[in-house]
Amino acid sequence: MANDTKNIIEEIESGEYKYGFSSKIETETIARGLSEEVVRLISQKKGEPEWLLESRLKAYRHWLKMPLPQWAHLDIPDIDFQDIIYYAAPKTRKKLASMDEVDPELKRTFDKLGIPLEEQMALSGVAVDAVMDSVSVKTTFRETLAEKGIIFCSISEAVKEYPELVRKYLGSVVPYTDNFYAALNAAVFSDGSFCYIPKGVRCPMELSTYFRINAEGTGQFERTLIVADEGSYVSYLEGCTAPRRDENQLHAAVVEIVVERDAEVKYSTVQNWYPGDKEGRGGIYNFVTKRGLCRENARLSWTQVETGSAITWKYPSCVLLGDNSSGEFYSVAMTNNFQQADTGTKMIHLGRNTRSRIVSKGISAGRSQNAYRGLVKVSRNADNARNYSQCDSLLIGDKCGAHTFPVIDCHNPSAVLEHEATTSKISEDQLFYCNQRGLSTEEAVGLIVNGYAREVLSKLPMEFAVEAQKLLSISLEGSVG
Amino acid sequence: MLVVKNLHASVAGKEILKGIDLRVKPGEVHAIMGPNGSGKSTLASVLAGSEKFTVTQGEVTFLGRDLLTLPIEDRARMGLFLGFQYPVEIPGVTMANFMKIAVNEHRKYRGEEPLTAGEFLRLMREKSAIVELDPKLTSRAVNEGFSGGEKKKNEIFQMAMLQPKLAILDETDSGLDIDALRIVATGVTRLHTADNATVVITHYQRLLDYIVPDYVHVLYKGRIIYSGDKSLALKLEKEGYDWLINDYREEER
Repeated sequence: MANDTKNIIEEIESGEYKYGFSSKIETETIARGLSEEVVRLISQKKGEPEWLLESRLKAYRHWLKMPLPQWAHLDIPDIDFQDIIYYAAPKTRKKLASMDEVDPELKRTFDKLGIPLEEQMALSGVAVDAVMDSVSVKTTFRETLAEKGIIFCSISEAVKEYPELVRKYLGSVVPYTDNFYAALNAAVFSDGSFCYIPKGVRCPMELSTYFRINAEGTGQFERTLIVADEGSYVSYLEGCTAPRRDENQLHAAVVEIVVERDAEVKYSTVQNWYPGDKEGRGGIYNFVTKRGLCRENARLSWTQVETGSAITWKYPSCVLLGDNSSGEFYSVAMTNNFQQADTGTKMIHLGRNTRSRIVSKGISAGRSQNAYRGLVKVSRNADNARNYSQCDSLLIGDKCGAHTFPVIDCHNPSAVLEHEATTSKISEDQLFYCNQRGLSTEEAVGLIVNGYAREVLSKLPMEFAVEAQKLLSISLEGSVG
Repeated sequence: MLVVKNLHASVAGKEILKGIDLRVKPGEVHAIMGPNGSGKSTLASVLAGSEKFTVTQGEVTFLGRDLLTLPIEDRARMGLFLGFQYPVEIPGVTMANFMKIAVNEHRKYRGEEPLTAGEFLRLMREKSAIVELDPKLTSRAVNEGFSGGEKKKNEIFQMAMLQPKLAILDETDSGLDIDALRIVATGVTRLHTADNATVVITHYQRLLDYIVPDYVHVLYKGRIIYSGDKSLALKLEKEGYDWLINDYREEER
């Protein structure tokens, strides 16, 4: 009987990745490698203004001088940055005027992923920007949103059509000097989403970017910039998948969010990049910098469900600059097989009466390693700052690891900081109880894991919560102990 | 319905059950009594399929099938229910969601369609009334923060939802106050029909005032040393187990 449980665990660990197909789409790529010429070429292909090229080059020159970050609890194989293709785009004959002109194969790919590009078929109330490899292929509901003055388009278009806005905010939250991967991204980013919510406007639908890596040997470097002007509100979703391949592919994105006075932004991610196979071959290296800046009274909430990628290195953070601003971070990070994750958040309290809340739920199965890393910093002037942190780890089986690195750096005696942490395993008794009520062990584990992650999943918009629940169960298939 | 022959089971090399024989027919109520550590809960766990114990000898048939070869969940789906002495908490999973999955797994096993949301809610309302379970509890996480009494009521509520052929209730009366005991016991009695059977494991005769047994068995050191009708329970209440145990010791010699 104990053997059965073991077998089921092994089975869960060998769970199938549903999005591993690749599409035959004619792709335009440039030669492998990175140099000033490549940076110029990318900029030229995108027909960018001089100021942007200059900022790319500055970032590139700075990147050359930066060392690779080594502090994470990750075992990262050497990445040959000269062996990566820095620009790949599905070939299009001309500028798209309507849906009929989107390459049918491209449309089929997104249909297969459950992301219909036709507006009439789309999930009601969700506008999608679909990004394949390095470029945005289609943004839906743009006209509907434009009526409210909301701008939602690819960042390349934004550079052309709203240069003042982009120039004002791009790099204002995550400067190119921030870290190694942010510098790399600033030099070579190819596309991503741009969103601007005008003063006092409540965005009537969820905005969503769907990222898909398709081409081989490429890196994906998107840049997302969200600006919520004073008193506005938007809920933003991000999803991502990639084909199953034996090689590792690099994904180094930057997301910047500016939350102006009295505005509120909710940013949700369901990250499901290809995690590699059960022997640890292949999978995406996901090195992402996400940060938001909150002005007075502003609110920013990050929710993430991380199930994919071979390696995840990601710390969505809130800079609480304005008085009375607040930041939240809700995370479920699940690792299986040979996956590694080092993820968490930074809450930087600069303004007075700033509040932050961190709820992190790590789930490790197989031989994976899962680390929570968090920083709560209270500066000298941040009177009455409050933070509540809870970080829980759940272990499935006895070959995985869970680690927590919470750091508190407090320079103001009026701060109230709370930290709670637990580590647990799925108990034999829980499994027996569920089995005795007629649930299979696999079903029981899925249920227990979803129950454990419930507090975080409940923060996701409805449709995505259901998806995320299924994803947690599928990603665990073959892993109980 | 249930035939247990010469069942032996051990945990970590130590034999706990040393040859149990038991026959349970539809419509019957059996009570299993006995001093602490005699193997009552072990018997219940082994029949349900707990992996903590190893069956070393003997056979068990349930509804004509070899029970010991079946996985835990199939035993449950066939209609074997265990009311736990210590119900387990599952944080974040609502009782309603848990029961919905359980009920539909049972239905799937019988080749029936899953219940619609409306049907399920009606069923839940009807069954929670049987044990006077606060309907609010079904929207709380499984057993989390339930009082001792609520946990036991919740076990019988689940039994009502799943309508087992054979219910084994492991010390369902322990930790209950007088009112809760009456409610739980009355609930069990109401669920009893001519087609199902109940095995209650208990220390106290007072439960048997409500759930009237057809047979009372005394389990001692892994064996059933004596069986009788309901009057046996009354005698045990008055005189304890010593007289039986002494007889048994003499026999052993």
